[in-house]
Amino acid sequence: MELTGAEIAIRCLKEEGVEHIFGYPGGAVLDIYDAIFRQEKVRHILVRHEQAAAHAADGYARATGKVGVCLVTSGPGVTNAVTGIATAYMDSIPMVILSGQVSVAAIGQDAFQEVDTVGITRPCVKHNILVKDVRDLAPAIKKAFHIASTGRPGPVLVDIPKDVSQKKTEFNYPAKVQLRSYHPASKGEPEMLRQVIQVIMNARRPMIYAGGGVVLSNASDELTRFARLLNFPVTNTLMGLGAYPATDSQFVGMPGMHGTFEANMAMQNCDVLIGIGARFDDRVIGNPAHFFEATRKIIHIDIDPTSISKRVPVDLPVVGNVKDVLKQLLGLLEASREKPEAVALGEWWKQIELWRSRDCLRFDRHSEVIKPQLVVDTLYHVTAGKAIVTSDVGQHQMWAAQFYKFDRPRRWINSGGLGTMGVGLPYAMGVQTAFPDETVACVTGEASIQMCIQELSTCKQYHLPIKIVNLNNRYMGMVRQWQEFFYGNRYAESYIDALPDFVRLAESYGHVGMRIDKPSDVEGALKEAFKLKDRLVFMDFITDQTENVYPMVPSGKGMSEMILV
Amino acid sequence: MNMRHIFSLLMENESGALSRVAGLFSARGYNIESLSVAPTEDPTLSRMTIVTAGSADVIEQILKQLDKLIEVVKVVNLTEGGHIERELMLVKVSTAEGNTEDIARLVSIFRGHVIDVSDETYTIELTGDVAKLDAFLDALDHNLIVETVRTGASGIGRGNRILNP
Repeated sequence: MELTGAEIAIRCLKEEGVEHIFGYPGGAVLDIYDAIFRQEKVRHILVRHEQAAAHAADGYARATGKVGVCLVTSGPGVTNAVTGIATAYMDSIPMVILSGQVSVAAIGQDAFQEVDTVGITRPCVKHNILVKDVRDLAPAIKKAFHIASTGRPGPVLVDIPKDVSQKKTEFNYPAKVQLRSYHPASKGEPEMLRQVIQVIMNARRPMIYAGGGVVLSNASDELTRFARLLNFPVTNTLMGLGAYPATDSQFVGMPGMHGTFEANMAMQNCDVLIGIGARFDDRVIGNPAHFFEATRKIIHIDIDPTSISKRVPVDLPVVGNVKDVLKQLLGLLEASREKPEAVALGEWWKQIELWRSRDCLRFDRHSEVIKPQLVVDTLYHVTAGKAIVTSDVGQHQMWAAQFYKFDRPRRWINSGGLGTMGVGLPYAMGVQTAFPDETVACVTGEASIQMCIQELSTCKQYHLPIKIVNLNNRYMGMVRQWQEFFYGNRYAESYIDALPDFVRLAESYGHVGMRIDKPSDVEGALKEAFKLKDRLVFMDFITDQTENVYPMVPSGKGMSEMILV
Repeated sequence: MNMRHIFSLLMENESGALSRVAGLFSARGYNIESLSVAPTEDPTLSRMTIVTAGSADVIEQILKQLDKLIEVVKVVNLTEGGHIERELMLVKVSTAEGNTEDIARLVSIFRGHVIDVSDETYTIELTGDVAKLDAFLDALDHNLIVETVRTGASGIGRGNRILNP
């Protein structure tokens, strides 16, 4: 039977097992929306701005591990989504974006709502495809899902002209996709792995540095077994939080600009650094020249060869899927009669415990104003560490990363690479859509939340009982902190005058609003909010205006050159 | 130390593939000295030659980044082994001053051809490696050059150094 391109697009989604898509209609995608209307398998979530459609699909993918899908119209629909696409790209999130395009004959004519979508998105997608013939549509969508979800994942965009969505052809969904130019690595090279084991066995001050790649390849169990077998200290990057249980004694916290003292000191002073699915990002390593001053052997396991020796020269590169490589290493370790240097390792742990005793995350628990750290700490206890936490970008993001102890992967959803303010609420929408019965908390600030505040309306329409924890200090906190430290207290445009009354704002969208301005009310308010299982609750915590995130590695400094509280 | 390198690529002959390669170079701040591309005997494949310069680290990154592009089937750094490079140049020179014999002699020394003649110009065709073409231009009186068109280098491995899909 012949189907229209629009029907084919939706049939393809069904074939891929897609249950939810996030989108916003418009002229070029009307036929696709009509096809959505005439079926019930794929559920469409109508957002209020296309940026949120991309973020929600991204959040959905981060929490489930499945490919997130969004659908936007041509022109402004897709340009609005670009921030969301770039955000997913920077964090290697599998996502498929279906975008409408003007009819093939109108392309290049400056038609109404026409943009060069493939051109605009090219630098921020893993791949993109303009489909000019309806017969190419099903293979293109198959290819998109395949590329998005394999190798180093990433967003793939399929641009569908309006006439392609209207024309008819036979529908055959390809069972497999063969690309002669795309062969993602899986297992590591055995000879290199033998060398890795040798270096590990001779390590005196080892350190495991695990990133988002461990989460993406679902390798948390393998990482945990690997680290425990060796009794090596573990740090998880911002993107890797939850990959190794944060409450485990081998976990030394997050590294980097706002990492713990012990994690950064161990990164700087180790003699063998095992990087696993992490990319030696500037926010982690700090000044690379300072990082090189200490000599250490670096082992780097990553599926993407371009990530290896990009910022930091690596001694032992292992190109492969983190999960497969860790399994190989576990096999070799379990077969080996050797053990790491026990005495040296004992000394190393003593040193790390000394660093840990510095208690770098301490804060004033008896303050008269609400300390933002107290809110996150209480959130952690009230939710028994079981919430899925999304965040926006800024100080609150760092406090959430520092004080909410993630013991499992895919429970911490944030924009690490691009640092996109506004992601928190749409991320929470994506997560809550995927897991209606889970507790989902969005830790945000009064600046970030306003960048996608319109999505409170979406939350009402789809009954998403998200708990918004707004750390309201009336400043763009991270900007203010940099201005205090590095710009002589000149707070240029970082204070937001004329904030809305968030309680009444939440209420006007049909939600529950709460304002909390006393430290003694923090716990009670959180408990009350989380009891309202079927309601979105917006908790506006009036926090200390001048609190800073510590420790801090100033830009351009080395990892061990932290400003401490 | 920035060294000159020649990358040879086989890629899917699809619209947009060229912009993906060009976009990669501009987005990551890599140099392009020249770039030439055309379909091969297999119409589904294009062959591209890119001449670039960079430190060893940058050259390694360029190779890996090119390889990562979905449409790139194979990529090789030709300068790492035996290879041949050729470039085609068309130069239009002025003959208004009656210097045709001098020009013809120079063209002959460089094994070029005069392929078009008008009342006031000769158009010369010359192939060779980049250094040879540069040398020819240096040997010409610069005031005589009306127009220069160069294709950029094309490269191929020597002997059994073959780039197959």
